[in-house]
Parts: sequence; C-alpha cells; structure tokens
Amino acid sequence: MNSLTRRSWIRLAGFGTAAAGLLRSATVKGAQGAAHTPTMEHAAHAMGPIGTADLSRFNPSDFLRASNFSNLPPADRSRHYKETARPDGTTLREYEIVALDREIEIAPGVFFPAWTFNGQVPGPTIRARQGDRVRINFLNQGSHPHTMHFHGWHPPAMDGSLPEHQVPPGGSFLYEFDAEPFGTHLYHCHAAPLKRHIHKGMYGAFIVDPKDARAEADEMVMIMNGFDTDFDSDNEVYAVNTLANHYMTHPIRVEVGRPVRMHVINVTEFDLINSLHLHGMFFDVYRTGTRTTVDDHTDTVMLCQGERAVLETTFRYPGKFMFHAHQSEFAELGWMGMFEAVEPRRDT
Amino acid sequence: MIPDQAAGAVRDMPVQAAPPPVSSARLWIAILLPIVLLAGVMALIVQFDVAERFRDPAAPPTELVSVQRVLLKPEGIVATVLNESPQTVTIAQVVVDDAYWQFTADPGATLAPLRSTTLLIPYPWVAGDAHTINLLLSTGAKFTYVIPVALATPEIDGRNLWLFTLVGVFVGVIPVALGLLWFPVLRGLGRGALDGVLAFTVGLLAFLLLDGTLEALESADSLPGAYQGVALFALAAAAAYALLEIIGAWLSKRRASLRADGTASGWVLALMIAVGIGLHNFGEGLAIGSAFALGEAAFGTLLILGFTLHNATEGLAIISPMAKERPSVWTLIKLGLIGGLPTIAGAWIGGLVYSRPLAVAFLGLGVGAIAQVVVQIVRQMTFGRPVRARLLETPIAVGLFAGFVVMYVTGVILL
Repeated sequence: MNSLTRRSWIRLAGFGTAAAGLLRSATVKGAQGAAHTPTMEHAAHAMGPIGTADLSRFNPSDFLRASNFSNLPPADRSRHYKETARPDGTTLREYEIVALDREIEIAPGVFFPAWTFNGQVPGPTIRARQGDRVRINFLNQGSHPHTMHFHGWHPPAMDGSLPEHQVPPGGSFLYEFDAEPFGTHLYHCHAAPLKRHIHKGMYGAFIVDPKDARAEADEMVMIMNGFDTDFDSDNEVYAVNTLANHYMTHPIRVEVGRPVRMHVINVTEFDLINSLHLHGMFFDVYRTGTRTTVDDHTDTVMLCQGERAVLETTFRYPGKFMFHAHQSEFAELGWMGMFEAVEPRRDT
Repeated sequence: MIPDQAAGAVRDMPVQAAPPPVSSARLWIAILLPIVLLAGVMALIVQFDVAERFRDPAAPPTELVSVQRVLLKPEGIVATVLNESPQTVTIAQVVVDDAYWQFTADPGATLAPLRSTTLLIPYPWVAGDAHTINLLLSTGAKFTYVIPVALATPEIDGRNLWLFTLVGVFVGVIPVALGLLWFPVLRGLGRGALDGVLAFTVGLLAFLLLDGTLEALESADSLPGAYQGVALFALAAAAAYALLEIIGAWLSKRRASLRADGTASGWVLALMIAVGIGLHNFGEGLAIGSAFALGEAAFGTLLILGFTLHNATEGLAIISPMAKERPSVWTLIKLGLIGGLPTIAGAWIGGLVYSRPLAVAFLGLGVGAIAQVVVQIVRQMTFGRPVRARLLETPIAVGLFAGFVVMYVTGVILL
C-alpha cells in the first residue's frame, strides 16, 4: 500500500482516526495502567553499518600511515618506488603508478566499480622533501583515458589536465617535476568528465615536507571521500580513507603525550564542503600546510573540495576520542571514526 | 438461396461431412505431437541459453527490490522486502533517515528471485514523523521507501478483530441500512420518478465503477511485473461479471417458474446489486484493514462522516428495483447485510493477512460485479427499446447525471 492516492490516503486516515479512537477508549476501559508507548525507546540504538569488510586487498588502517609504498614488503616496494640521492643533497624519487578498473568495498558488503591508482582508493600516498625530483611513470591499464594532475609547482606540460594530456587506455606518460612548495597536497585524475573521474576514486595524497623537517610526530593521512553508488549525484557512503566507519571498528591507536599530525584532504564530490571534528580536545590548524605558523586553534575544521590542512595535537588523556564530519548526515553515512589513546609503553 | 434449399442443405450436412474413421491411437498422436515438439523446442532454448547469447557481458545488473509492508513496533521498524528482479540480490546495508543502521534479516539478506525477507531495524522512529528507508544492495543499487507518518502498528490479535468489525459496521453496514430506509418513499413514486431513481442508481454505480477501476489499476501498477497486475484485475472483473450473469439467469428462471407472469422480479435485480455492492465494499474493507494494519492511518475524525454519506446511497441503489414489490422487512435486512457485511470481512482480511495481489484481485471482483449490475439495470429500464433513445429521456438523463454528481460531491467532502 505504498502508493495510496491523496484521496484514498486521507479517506483511510479518517477510519484510522475513528479506529484509533475506539482503540484508545478500549485501552482505557480494558487494560488498566498498561501504558502503551507509541515510540521506540532510545536505549536500543544500534547505529552504523553491519557486517565486516574484507581488508585483505585494502586496509585503511595500513593506508593511514603509509607513504611511498612503505606498507609493501621490500621486494614489492622496489617495483613501485625507487629513491636515488642526488649530488645537491636532494633525492630523485621514481614511482610507477598504474590506473586500473577495480571493484572496491566501500562499506561492509557494498561494492563499488571504482577507477583506481594502483588498485586502491585513495591512491598511494606520494611523499617527498621540498626540492626533491619526482618522476612518475604512469601506465593506464584502465578502460578510459586518465591522467595524473598534481597540485604543486610544475610546467604546463606536466599538468595532466588538457585534452592533449590524456593518457589513452594502454598508454603511458612520464610525469617529472620538483616537489614544491612544502605542504599537504593532492593528486587526482583530470580527464573529462572530471566529476566522474574523481568520484570514481582517482585521487591520492601528495605530501611535500619542508627542507627543515617538522618536529617528530605520529603522522597520518586522512582523505575525506564519498561514493555515489547509484549515480544520482548524491553520495550513499561517506568516509575517511574509503571504508565507511572503518576507524569506528578499528580505532586509530595513538600515544598519550606524543604529538599527532594529521594530513587531512577533502576530495568529496557533490557536496560543497566537508569537515573534521575531534572530540574532547583541540588542534592547531596549518591551512594547506604551506607555512609553519598556526592559522587556527579549534576542534572543527571545514574544507572545500580539494582543500586540505595539517592538524597537530597531542592527546592528554587515555581513552577513546571520536572524530567525524560535523555534517551529521555525513557522519551517520559512514564518516565517523575513533582514536584510542594509550599510555606510552615504558620499556624497562 | 431459397430457404427450402438452405434447410435441405443443412439436413444433408451430417451425411456429407461424416469424418473418415480415425483410430484413437492416431488421434492421440495428432493431439500430443505438437505438444512434444513444443517441449523439445523449449529444451533447446534452455540448452543453448539463447537469451544469454544476446546479453552484453558488460551490461549492468538490473536489480529491483521493493518494500512490501512496514510495521512500526516498539523494537523498531519491521520491513518486508521482496526481490522483484530475475537475479539473486543481497541487501548489504540499511540506511534510515540518512544514517546507516544495524538490522537483522529473517530468513536472510540474500534473496533469490521473487523471494522476500523480513528486516528488523532497531531504529528509534518518532511517532508523527516521516522516515525514509534506503536499502543498499551489494552492488550499490539503492531502493527507497518512505513512511509518510510514523504511528505504532497495532498488534494484530483477537482484540483487534472486534475493532475491525466496528470499523466495517461504520463504513459498510450502517450507511447501507440507512439507505434502505428510503423504501417507503420509493413506493409512493410514479413511473417517471421511479425511472429517474433507477437511473440515479446507475449513475452512482457508474461512479463506483470508475473509482474502483482507477484504484485497482493503481494498485496493479505497484505489483511486481510477474504478477501482471492489470491482467489479474481484468481476469477477476471478467470472472465476477460472468458469475453474476450466470447466477442472475438462474435466479430469474427459478423465480419465473414460480410467478404467473413469467417476468424477472425486481428482487433478483436487487439481490444482484446487493452482491455487486457487497463485493465492492469487500475491496474497500480490505484497503481499510490493511491501511490500519500498516500504520498508514492518521488523524481527521470529520472524514468518516463524509464517507458514511458517500455509502448511504448504496442502500438506495439496492432497493430501487423493488419499488413496485412488497418485500418483507426481513428481505430488506438480508439485502442490507449482503451489501454491507463484506466490508467487515474485508477489514479483517486486510488487517490480518494483507497481500497486494489479493487486493487487486478483490478490487477486480468488485468492478466486474458492478459492471454486471449496471448492465442488468439498464436492461430492465429499457425493456428491449433502443438504449440510446431511452437514456435521453429527461427523468433518466437527469437521474444518471444526478447519481454521478452525488457520488462526486460526497467524494469531494472526503478531501
């Protein structure tokens, strides 16, 4: 009866009222004190997606702290990444990145036909020091033309955005540029239609460390993303690092007293902004991470699509601290996670 | 051709057309051969998977699931979900009001074609609010169901049976009985006025015919394709029409044998109308009971008055063919019960064992029955004269129009 007409619905509503009235009077007369609660009790909350995802192909917990394929065993890593010291003290960093069509799991049991860099969403984190030479051999093994478009200083030929920059299926391209400026950046496919190529999963973090290294910290990459599974230009799943609610079921372990540095990047499609809110504490905000002066001290940061920030804080108390988009809708559609702060291990 | 020759030819026919003797074995082969060949062709189609050869391997899957009914219980939302697609689907996640929510599925979240499952979603729904349920399949396909106004679904138990009964009495029995009270007035009417009243009845029924058909087609539209809702409706309507036609003929014959003048009595027609209206009211009761059970019932006490008015005319329709007879009070009561009681039965069935295909079939029965009754009354009014000429006579034309308008206006009150 989900398609009652307005007339029939209201007609029935009339009977419903009469019937409900009768029911009420019957209740009052018949069952004394048998209180009928018409609304469900809130004690039985059971929020969040159900089931568990297969983490064997992509584990957001491993992705979190990985860069330059550091999560791979050395033999595998060397096939994708090589670094060579240069006379001027900088490093030549050579990567092999492959565009692949790949079905990925974005919430337990929900699969998405993604376009990926190296079979994962987000793509591998590329990290260099300011002034390093970055050389990327990009192979397109997907079914559509793709590119790699980096945010950063580079000549126009390396921009991966114009029609002549498109790498056709089966083709390849060598991107080469110096890592500038320092900060937290991103790369993404810039083939047309842009919106589809991005929301299908073609993006990743590009982090450039300053020449004078930042203070030691527990560093992590958080890419805020979303997935439109039914192609209605509205996301069904929101997350950091792809898998809905992953860090709720697998909290991020941090140490009390040790600085934490989060590289937060927003690549969410269809929604104008996204945000990160951390419970029970505050953090320093370095917008785009391109300066060493603090821009803000807050517990909620808002980012436009493509915008990013470096967040620094130190956990004061042990225990669980929730973090999520402060757009409640995004939070309840998967963009929600947990830090678990533990006392540092005292090795005797 | 001269008639005599024609008659002769007909007489000779059996001799000329006598078929050559056929052995029974041959006859059976002749009957069965095409069937066997047909089975063989079907086996070939399956063997070579003909359809599969046309399918593009890259074509996306075509899942289709629908929420059949939703109950709002203290422990959460209970949704019955049907897989309407020709392939197996898995409900991976449930989203209520844009939030992922835990759920359990009985017998499971993976559904073969035309199988259903019952989801229990412990969502803290809010009385009086609207809620949106999204089912996210493993492929990412999303299906939406909206609860327009959340109200606790009453537990269906024995206590509710009398409640449905009471609703049925209000909606069906009382209005029809009130209509029957016009009988003394009808008896005092002249021939022309009586024609007008009969025509008025036809107008009323024509409206119900239209109303029931639209309602049924709309319900039919919401059925899974495999149920062929419109065909189901047409089948039920045709069955009811034919059945009433046969019963009417039988009753008329039986009565005529008892009566000296040999005419079909007004009582038979009145009975037919009562049965037709009863079937119609059964469909109405079904809708009421199910809406009540599904929790799709909200506030608006005044509306029941409008509907009582709407249905009172049905009593008038039943008695109008009997104006020139002397039925006993008991006969009138019987007719009233035939017309009104099915509302109660419908409300019970709708409330206890609601099924959408069943609802479409019953609406079809009602429409078929009413169509037959309309034809029956028109037959009686015209007595073999051309229908068009008769319908253009002033009292009849006015009656027809008035009947339709009264139903329309009392229907408007319901809004």
